[in-house]
Amino acid sequence: MLAWTIYISFLGAAALMFLPGGNARLARIIALLAALGGLACAAAGVAQCARHAGPGALTDVVNWPWIAELGVRFHLAADGISLVLVLLTGIAAVAGVLFSWNVEERCREFFALYLALIGGVYGVFLSFDLFLLFVFYELAIIPKYFLIAIWGSTDREYGAMKLALYSFVGSAMVLVGLIAAYVVSGAKSFEWVDLARGPYPAAFQYWAFPVVFVGFAILAGLWPFHTWAPTGHVAAPTAASMLLAGVVMKLGAYGALRVAMTLFPIGLHAWQDTMAALAVVGIVYGALVALVQQDFKFVIGYSSVSHMGFVLLGLMTLTQIGFSGAVLQMFSHGIIAGLLFAVVGRMVYDRTHTRDLAQLQPMNLHQVLPFAATTFIIAGAASAGFPGFSGFVAELQVLVGAWKSFPWLAVLAAAGVLVGIAYTWRVLLKAFFAEGAVDRRDLPRLEPISAPERAGALLLLGTTVIIGLWPGLLLGLIAPALDSPLLQPLWKGGAR
Amino acid sequence: MNPFLECLTALAPEIIVVSTALIVLLADLAMAGGKPVARRAGLAGAITCLGCALAMAWAGLMPCSAHVAMLAVSPVTQWLKLTLLLLTIFAAALSWGGRFTRHVGEYFALLLLAAAGLMLLVSSDNLLLIFVALELLSVSLYALAAFDKSSAASAEAALKYLLFGGMSAAFTLYGISLIYGITGDLQLGYIAARLRGQPAEPVFYAGLVMTLIGFAFKLAAAPFHLWAPDVYEGAPTPVASFIASGSKVASFFVLARILLTAFPAARGTAAASDYQAGWVPVLAALAAVSMVAGNVAAIVQSNVKRLLAYSAIAHAGYALLALVADARHTLAALLFYTITYAFTVLGAFAVVAVMEQSGRRGNLADFEGLGRRAPVLSFCMLVFMLSLAGIPPLAGFFGKFYLFVAAAAAAPPLSLLWLVVLAVAASAVSLYYYLQVLKQIYAVAPSPTAAWPRPALSAQAAIVLLAGIVIVLGCAPDLLLGKITDLLRSHPF
Repeated sequence: MLAWTIYISFLGAAALMFLPGGNARLARIIALLAALGGLACAAAGVAQCARHAGPGALTDVVNWPWIAELGVRFHLAADGISLVLVLLTGIAAVAGVLFSWNVEERCREFFALYLALIGGVYGVFLSFDLFLLFVFYELAIIPKYFLIAIWGSTDREYGAMKLALYSFVGSAMVLVGLIAAYVVSGAKSFEWVDLARGPYPAAFQYWAFPVVFVGFAILAGLWPFHTWAPTGHVAAPTAASMLLAGVVMKLGAYGALRVAMTLFPIGLHAWQDTMAALAVVGIVYGALVALVQQDFKFVIGYSSVSHMGFVLLGLMTLTQIGFSGAVLQMFSHGIIAGLLFAVVGRMVYDRTHTRDLAQLQPMNLHQVLPFAATTFIIAGAASAGFPGFSGFVAELQVLVGAWKSFPWLAVLAAAGVLVGIAYTWRVLLKAFFAEGAVDRRDLPRLEPISAPERAGALLLLGTTVIIGLWPGLLLGLIAPALDSPLLQPLWKGGAR
Repeated sequence: MNPFLECLTALAPEIIVVSTALIVLLADLAMAGGKPVARRAGLAGAITCLGCALAMAWAGLMPCSAHVAMLAVSPVTQWLKLTLLLLTIFAAALSWGGRFTRHVGEYFALLLLAAAGLMLLVSSDNLLLIFVALELLSVSLYALAAFDKSSAASAEAALKYLLFGGMSAAFTLYGISLIYGITGDLQLGYIAARLRGQPAEPVFYAGLVMTLIGFAFKLAAAPFHLWAPDVYEGAPTPVASFIASGSKVASFFVLARILLTAFPAARGTAAASDYQAGWVPVLAALAAVSMVAGNVAAIVQSNVKRLLAYSAIAHAGYALLALVADARHTLAALLFYTITYAFTVLGAFAVVAVMEQSGRRGNLADFEGLGRRAPVLSFCMLVFMLSLAGIPPLAGFFGKFYLFVAAAAAAPPLSLLWLVVLAVAASAVSLYYYLQVLKQIYAVAPSPTAAWPRPALSAQAAIVLLAGIVIVLGCAPDLLLGKITDLLRSHPF
């Protein structure tokens, strides 16, 4: 069932490519159906796996031989961590289509690339052959480039090229590490299970770990390699920035977790402090920069860097609670960042054609677009980590884990949370609640929020609230995955 | 069997191709009186393709394994000839609609002679015959490069190609004569036997290095690459595509054969920790310089053919990795890589050729907005560019991946990691310029007045077929790789 998430997405992309041009409505409907189909398959697959899987067990989905010469297999499987992320991808995909309902220019190609990107993302989360994982990982680069370069806004060619090159350099680093691991392990197989067994000499792990980890973490916005993220997010069209922040950044974090950390535990322990410190710098730096931005979208872009810092910090605590918080934070940030970008890009920018906070001030958007303002209040509260939303549970777990491993860094990260409240508050006031215009007649006339937007917003809001109130839904999936024997080397000596 | 008869059967595909060349000349002569060029080109092209197909059928259906006189024919070389003939057919299909010459008979005849040179090149294990085959190929290509008489660039390209090629031939020949002087033989196997257990003399190394320089010219490996950009840009596009594809595959194969069969004693190593003189460090240096120079120079190109030339230099560098590594095991990687590269680059040139037939040049700006006017052509170009950049699931990705794995695994493991890291870094740079082409095609709006290509059916079919091959070989590399490894396992040279 889970494999169909990938197939449906690529089939949808192929169908759109062969569709006669000009029929935008049909293209949208096909895209929505494919995204919904993917979500349905994901949900069904999650339900199926959750019922059958024991602790730490992998549920095999597909396992075919592919390239005999290298021992590569077409192996799709899932554990709790991938299930959570597949679910996130499904929800983000549907929301993204709903928020791009107004794309008119080359609509067919837009959704074809969009679905190809989604298919690649599903593929990464479900691949348990690392060659296959790498194939899907690279496959996602090109649609990202075109989505930004063709449909983007400010400095789109620069932003697109920067994103593509950062991603490609990252994957080049991963490639070197992967090939080296294959050669050194002598496993004659790219299966995750085989490669994770190693054994790799410590001297090898000391350099292989940072190469592969940073290679993946570039895409997760690890400071100081995060600079693609704000420019890329700002240049991207709404749906693409939703996906970039929502799922593509998770690809990086997931790869770092699945490949770098499990393959090279000795290297991981050696570099743990450095990487944790970088993650905390990212949290604080991202939040502080977000605090002074004049461009609405840059605020959200930098906040993504800050929130992804929590994911990396959670992973680096090497405690089960920190890990579970990191995975939950991936899900939660995917939903919330998607929502924030939807409000900024679709609801506000597409109507006002400006993202400059100074220009938004006199528009009294809370009167003109009350739905957008309400959505942003809730999403901002969720993003700032208010209890009752998914972000709270996730960041709390990360902080608890960090407190066990690095008390000082935990304090700094908590300070980052406070700055997070500050920039959310600031942007909320400036963009929506500044009483700039005194006379009601001066207010701009903007088209009302459309039905697809409302549906998308409700989908994302509902998800974050449900997970906030009932985190057990996802934690129940994550916890057994952390008992996997292949993750055990991570915990040893992790909590100090 | 009678040795003469054996020679003739072993050479049957070459004989068919050469006869076809003569038939093409005669047929064109018979038709020359006042018939339109397009019809003559159609006839000559059809005969060319037919002859190649016939030779392919012979090479494919008649199993042949002969080691007579100067020939060493095995299932591997027969199979390689199939591939080379297929590449020739594609190049002929591109030439069909070209309007660069009135002398179509001579053109196709020279193309066939070049193909015969390629086939002879892979089926010999004697340095002298290898040299003769190399010259047959080169002289045909010099003439082909000059075929567009209306273009000064074509003449310049041919002159440059001739001068550099002649120089490289001189190096090769001198190197061969030195090797002959030391070992007293030209047969690759005997040379190896003479060299075994004997301390190598400086003169021998001089001969070896000179031979390598000659081949480096042929492969356009930096710093012997200076002819390539001008020739690729100036020569008629189908000719450039042939130089870039078929000639590369055959040259790499024969270089591997020479080095592995004749000079295993003079290998040396290029490992970072323990260095030994030999041909491996020379090739490692060539590979490193080519990858860097090719990719860096390609970034600033504004003409797609020049860009492809520099990318070809970089790709020659990647392919050399296979020879630097423990080459017997990496030969499969080398063949897979060069063959898939040949198909890809042929496709890219084919797209440029179609653009030229619509009265444009191969400049980047000419591709503006192609995506909206010619979606199929553009999609194929997307496939070729991304395959060259090494994006999965295309053939170029797997070719590179397999090559890098082979290089990293060369004994002792990870000793060549520095080269692999350099190669991976260089290929990360290369994405930039391939994306520049795609940006022009997809992200830039077309100018309303421009003429748009309506490709000839043969060219269109060839392009779509090539794109299909690149995609299929990327998704299922076992189709080709399985065949190559099986052949090499049962018939090592």
